[in-house]
Amino acid sequence: MKDIKPALLLFVIFTIICGGIYPLVVTGVAFALFPHQATGSFITDTSGKQIGSRLIGQPFADPKYFWPRPSAASDFGYNSLGSGGSNSGPTNPDYIKTVKERVSLLRDTGVTGAVPSDLVQASASGLDPHITPESARVQIPRIAKARGLSEEVLLQLVLQGTEPRQLGFMGEPRINVLELNIKLDGVR
Amino acid sequence: MNGSEWLEIIIFFTVLLAATKPMGLYMAHVYQGERTFLSPIIAPGEKLIYRISGVSTEDEMDWKRYALSMLLFNLVLFGGLFTLLMTQHLLPLNPQKLPPFTWQLALNTAVSFVTNTNWQAYVGEQAASYFTQMVGLAVHNFVSAATGMAIVIALLRGFVRRKTSAIGNFWVDLTRGTLYILLPLSLVAAIFLVSQGVIQNFSAYKTVPLVHSTSYDKPKLDDKGTPLKDAKGVPLTENVTVTEVTIPMGPVASQEAIKELGTNGGGFFNANSAHPYENPTPLTNFVEILLILLIPAGLTYTFGVMVGNTRQGWGVLAAMLFLLVLAFGALQWAENSGNPLVAKLGVTGANMEGKDVRFGLAGSSLFTVATTGTSCGAVNTMHDSLTPLGGMVPLSLILTGEVVFGGVGSGLYTMLAFAIIAVFVSGLMIGRTPEYLGKKVEVREMWMSILIILTAGVTVLILSGIAMITPAAVASMANPGAHGLTEVLYAMASMANNNGSAFAGLNANVNFYNLFGSLAMLLGRYVPAVAVLAMAGSLAEKKYVPPSLGTLPTDRAPFVIWLVLVIIIIGALTFFPALALGPIVEHLTMGGN
Repeated sequence: MKDIKPALLLFVIFTIICGGIYPLVVTGVAFALFPHQATGSFITDTSGKQIGSRLIGQPFADPKYFWPRPSAASDFGYNSLGSGGSNSGPTNPDYIKTVKERVSLLRDTGVTGAVPSDLVQASASGLDPHITPESARVQIPRIAKARGLSEEVLLQLVLQGTEPRQLGFMGEPRINVLELNIKLDGVR
Repeated sequence: MNGSEWLEIIIFFTVLLAATKPMGLYMAHVYQGERTFLSPIIAPGEKLIYRISGVSTEDEMDWKRYALSMLLFNLVLFGGLFTLLMTQHLLPLNPQKLPPFTWQLALNTAVSFVTNTNWQAYVGEQAASYFTQMVGLAVHNFVSAATGMAIVIALLRGFVRRKTSAIGNFWVDLTRGTLYILLPLSLVAAIFLVSQGVIQNFSAYKTVPLVHSTSYDKPKLDDKGTPLKDAKGVPLTENVTVTEVTIPMGPVASQEAIKELGTNGGGFFNANSAHPYENPTPLTNFVEILLILLIPAGLTYTFGVMVGNTRQGWGVLAAMLFLLVLAFGALQWAENSGNPLVAKLGVTGANMEGKDVRFGLAGSSLFTVATTGTSCGAVNTMHDSLTPLGGMVPLSLILTGEVVFGGVGSGLYTMLAFAIIAVFVSGLMIGRTPEYLGKKVEVREMWMSILIILTAGVTVLILSGIAMITPAAVASMANPGAHGLTEVLYAMASMANNNGSAFAGLNANVNFYNLFGSLAMLLGRYVPAVAVLAMAGSLAEKKYVPPSLGTLPTDRAPFVIWLVLVIIIIGALTFFPALALGPIVEHLTMGGN
């Protein structure tokens, strides 16, 4: 059967081209043009030490920080080694109980009025770096109290930290929680 | 939908439709062996590949040899990947020292990537080394896509050619599809993705300190890794403080580009295209959706060019577009309505469980319908957490056989099988001769079309039924009640239709799903593929029948509407009972809306 030879050889050739040359070329060009992005968009502190990636959310549970969305990453929330969603079904009683607990926690820490859904429902990635501007605003009273800052200062911080829709129409306005909290630590 | 969402959707479809013709024309040139603007760069390499592997562009195959070559090549691919997965601990580029796959998981994964399914029963960042991702999985993303495209091109030759047994050379079609179409587009797309923040490196995973430490209750395990419980059966936990996290790295962009373009869908990370390193911005989301639909849309135009009447291609595209927009509207509405059980707790807004903020609701919904209308299966939204009716949308798109744009190649050939059924049924109803594109539709074409359309559906229903009476399979469900049934139905539908997305709560890395799933993927890929080639062979042998008064015009609106109806009727007849027991029951018990 004369087609055995091309079957084997083309497998080898395409493995070399698509599995070797192609990713190496992409890596080379990526490092030449976009080294910061290619290596993970890391944020460095003033001493040049990497303190996280602006794309990967971090856990914050202390009242003096803006809280990110709930995370269903495996082992613990925002564990970047265990990305993923909760995969809870919408009618699962355990799931509804969990959401109820999250709402209660927000109520206990000074959130009045409607709770934005993104603040009590877990993200798809488990690493969502963003919250909606509404979700940031409802947390202002708690943080103001915990830090002894005026709500006005915090509101300004939230407004400055709000990224608009990309190109004016893509996605939704959003706030990067890690960057916001780093800035928050800088406020005296 | 707010104003920006309308704008985003309108611009998306405008760009897609604008790209259809140039893309389709280019692919027609490539597969007909004509010169393209990339020929000066690629043609010398192409010739060299033919010389090394002993392929001649003049060596035309009949359908049996074409099918056999395709199967043989896929067998080699399977063997290569299976071996690689079982030995990844011995191979280079494994900075995390990841262990080999179990044979069941390796079997499932190898079948999954060879069949363009990319069902993933493993967690990418915890199980697959860079070598596995790059040399193993990414290669399959290219060649399994090129295989699907080759098959549909062979079918188109069957329609065009007269009184011959030759339908092309599989090796040439495979090589051209990979070199001229998939590689250049992936290269450009990958570099664009990096510019937005998708990573591309070979570093070891990076450990960074947290800005503020956190703690959680960690289940206590015994030496064997099973959870310890106290006398009352409550799991024992200890409070652990976390001060640093480890962020995975890797050559992601190169894989992300071909994963969408080849409608493969296998994510580098567990969170797939929801992961910020795979899909960091609304713009990457927009581009990734476009990549998913680009080749399937373009192929409709290629079809029109090759059969000599571009209206035929636009007709098929119109049917696909109608179904996609319909599905998008339904999903967007269902998710925007939110979850009434959550709303009762004082929560406002759309259902955000399993969605990331940056994509917006429209960006999440559009990705979801695009990935399940095609055989892609990449996700930026966790389908398991969609509202019941919302979740029924991707499930239905998969169950209709993935003809709403469909997989690269496979979508169009399945759609053409539906068109043949539509021609035949309407022929019976109005007494016209069943002809399609100048070829008489006879017993053999009907048999093959039925095989193409029903193989996956029958497989889904039988295997879901077996799962329901197998305790080990039922135990894998993550959510109780009707939702659990939907999880199993979705898993079988996804594998049999070579989609690869999941209601991912289901624990699929157990023998039942690994083994029966492999069977479903193999049947769902190769039975239709061989049937298509058999049909191509039989069509090529026929003489041309010029259109007469008795011929049903298939490039007019009435036929397109009829085609859509046939797809919906066949889908509903096959799956309504199963859908009624799963998502519909769940919706009714949830109340609201």
